[in-house]
Amino acid sequence: MNSISRRRFLKISGATIATAAILTGASKTLVKGADKINKEKVKGIQKIPTYCDLCFWKCGAIAYLKDGELWKVEGNPMDPLSKGRLCPRGTGGVGAHYDEDRLKTPLIRKNLRGEEKWVEVTWDEAFDFIADKMNKIKNQYGPESVALFSHGIGGNFIKHLLRAYGSPNETAPSFAQCRGPREVGFELTFGDVVGSPERTDIENTKCLVLIGSHLGENMHNTQVQEFSHAVQKGASIIVVDPRFSVAASKAKFYLPIKPGTDLALLLAWMGVIVREKLYDADYIAKYGYGFDKFAAEVSHYTPEWAYIETGIEPELIVETAREMARYKPATLVHPGRHATWYGDDTQRSRAIALLNALLGSWGRKGGFYVPYSFSIPKYPYPPYPELKKEPLDNPGGKYPFATGEQISTGIREATITGQPYPIKGWFVYGTNLMQALPNRDETIKAIQNLDLMVVVDVVPSEIAGWADVVLPESVYLERYDDLNTSPFREGFVGIRQPVIDEPNDQKPNWWIAKKLAEKLGLGNYFPWKDVEEYLDTRLKAAGLSLDELKKVGIVKAPERPIYFEDGVEPEFPTPSGKIEFYSDQLAQAGFDPVPRYTKHEQPPEGYFRLLYGRAPVHTFSKTQSNPLLRDMMSENELWINADMAAKIGIKNGQKVRLRNQDGVVSDAIKVKTTERIRRDCVYMVHGFGQKSRQLRSTYKKGASDAELITKYNTDPLMGGTAMNVNFVTIEAEV
Amino acid sequence: MPRYGMVIDTKKCVGCQDCVVACKTENNIPEGYNRDWIVTEVKGKFPTVQMEIRTERCNHCSNTPCVSCCPTGASHIHEFGGIVLVDHEMCIGCKACVEACPYDARYIHPDGYADKCTFCINRVEKGQNPACVEVCPTHCMYFGDLDDPNSEVSKLLQSRKWHVNLPDAGTEPNIFYLI
Ligand code: SF4
Ligand code: SF4
Ligand code: SF4
Repeated sequence: MNSISRRRFLKISGATIATAAILTGASKTLVKGADKINKEKVKGIQKIPTYCDLCFWKCGAIAYLKDGELWKVEGNPMDPLSKGRLCPRGTGGVGAHYDEDRLKTPLIRKNLRGEEKWVEVTWDEAFDFIADKMNKIKNQYGPESVALFSHGIGGNFIKHLLRAYGSPNETAPSFAQCRGPREVGFELTFGDVVGSPERTDIENTKCLVLIGSHLGENMHNTQVQEFSHAVQKGASIIVVDPRFSVAASKAKFYLPIKPGTDLALLLAWMGVIVREKLYDADYIAKYGYGFDKFAAEVSHYTPEWAYIETGIEPELIVETAREMARYKPATLVHPGRHATWYGDDTQRSRAIALLNALLGSWGRKGGFYVPYSFSIPKYPYPPYPELKKEPLDNPGGKYPFATGEQISTGIREATITGQPYPIKGWFVYGTNLMQALPNRDETIKAIQNLDLMVVVDVVPSEIAGWADVVLPESVYLERYDDLNTSPFREGFVGIRQPVIDEPNDQKPNWWIAKKLAEKLGLGNYFPWKDVEEYLDTRLKAAGLSLDELKKVGIVKAPERPIYFEDGVEPEFPTPSGKIEFYSDQLAQAGFDPVPRYTKHEQPPEGYFRLLYGRAPVHTFSKTQSNPLLRDMMSENELWINADMAAKIGIKNGQKVRLRNQDGVVSDAIKVKTTERIRRDCVYMVHGFGQKSRQLRSTYKKGASDAELITKYNTDPLMGGTAMNVNFVTIEAEV
Repeated sequence: MPRYGMVIDTKKCVGCQDCVVACKTENNIPEGYNRDWIVTEVKGKFPTVQMEIRTERCNHCSNTPCVSCCPTGASHIHEFGGIVLVDHEMCIGCKACVEACPYDARYIHPDGYADKCTFCINRVEKGQNPACVEVCPTHCMYFGDLDDPNSEVSKLLQSRKWHVNLPDAGTEPNIFYLI
């Protein structure tokens, strides 16, 4: 994150004023400058409720128009997620509408893939082109040979289209490249996933443990609000991170762990809690399965042993274990979100689940609550065609615990090999696969085997550069989307509705899906006239009305208890029906029934481990061209320990390039020498160093961690790709 | 007459810059310029590090070098709440106040006048909080009347330890940081 002092900021802006003035005349403000504005300009202030799309959290928001022009977006006070306050990205939401780099019209590739040379076409021409290719693929290979990569709620209508077309292959990098190991680790233990939004009761916790989870920098609005609430109430905070994160600065205990050794710490903590009998014995007696076998296994792990692995003093391990036990069951060991680190991530997540189980926090106030959602019936669509082939992301159940969602890299693999059957078409909705998947070469190799690649996005992301057809979507402020009924502390339904017209020829995803369906002869799957009719049908079935929801934005379900102590019936849908301290299903599949420590490779002499993370003003690689957010942070920096920088002779602010173990060299990135990181690793914010030439405002600004992630370890349980396994050297720019 | 000020809890601020973005949209601040900003102060050697994160802006000082140096009277103390303001019409963009402010709180707007935080006076007059205070997801900023002993800001200053920026500059700032 840029922590710009006023003085420095003035210097930077001072240098650019002259050119800016020449280019734009006088002041360039955000509210001017769109190519087209609302047809009917209503005088005065209009407030229109909607929900945010700057990330997947989907906070309830209110958009303001001033004299018919988009002014600002604020939180909807009715919304349980935002509680009336958005995060910085959400507040910068208007920048998405005014982004000059937006896609404006459908494009068809002119020449070679990846060359970014395009012909502008009409929607009709684009749909004809796509439908023709899709029909050919269907005839030659079958409909299963088109796969969908999609992220966020906007993908719903396109998912529906591809299911109607007959494909079972749909995935998102948010599983195998992100939270998959966590969901599987918790499901193996409690029989249920953590979910999104996380069911973490941070607000009421008395002791919060964050392991490599930098809340505050990772800006999931509700969690950050609850985190600050916990800080204010004096909750004990324990932070484990190789980097002195923002959260670490709020913590009572900071544990500067050696990367790759988190499981050793978790096992040692459990060892202390078991040996000193600090666990919640009643809870375990009631709900636990296989506790004795588990206890026998973990009691071998001592703080002294863990010290050698992790570099954390044994006394600190003991003290923090006791601290967690002191506040049980209102102790929350946060499961994190981006959990694909070293390759044994499901087992590490399971260890986190087990530590919570020892403390009795699942289902308890201050631990993990039991969420519920407003149930809104699905639209009564005709049944999908019968599938002739299974999904191919996980052939032969190679990853036996890859449940619930599909493995994106599995689909990529099948596209390369043509096994178990060929994949000839990719639809990519709202996910920049070049930054999300490890090893770009493999992605490019897969793309070369395709007969059709369609990208639907709002900006020309790097993956769009590789497409055959690019379809420009309206941003969230310009479109309706599906209803948000996320499970949470309170059930609710939220609406996204247009507040302003698209500036060019962009179209909403529902329209894209419906029109393309009609071209494909699948119009019967989109029997509604427009999305309002679709939404109203769903809402009416739940006793609500579209008109009413459009006015208020959010309707809540009646209150319900969310803790065991308040009457929620404890349920553990595991094979034993209990919390599985010992997992027979893991043992049967040939895995450790209780997690065991494996040593991970450490960087060789002269190399650093490459770590990456989040900044509060950006979401993945999708917001860098938003003028408001770009103004907050326009490039990333390379964090390096100050002593280490002095040792290798690099200075603060200097530009360097990174070279990874496979010889890949990054774009130039500015060094930030700091006391906030260990000596054996370097850190950068994800999402920069973008290579799409059409993203003029952010092209090659900073360096791309994704480009350097050529190596990955695969989690044997669920196929997650662990990406914290790349080592880099630093080369000064001359 | 109230005397407006801000009390900011550095224990809660995460430096997310939401306050900065909110100011920019609320007040239509041009690209490349900010009325508020974040400072991160790090002390110590890894791993025993201490860090304070602060959101900063014009301190609406009680003793104002920026006002006394202004040749046209554009910079002035508003009768409403003691807020320090610039009259854009009267300002000739001479930069005297930009130089005089020890906090670097002012900049010259591309349209040619000195600009800075106004405590969102247009909102405050309507009984609302400044935009930055209203948006902050950690609720770490408090706005109110420092002369009213029962206001939240006064109570916080009585009950917690605090500091101001550059106390030696003699400007008597009205933004306080809880530690
Ligand atoms: S967390 Fe921020 S970006 Fe995500 S939905 Fe909420 S306000 Fe929008
Ligand atoms: S919005 Fe609040 S938490 Fe975020 S930087 Fe500003 S003061 Fe700090
Ligand atoms: S902070 Fe600077 S601009 Fe603001 S009142 Fe004080 S001296 Fe004047």
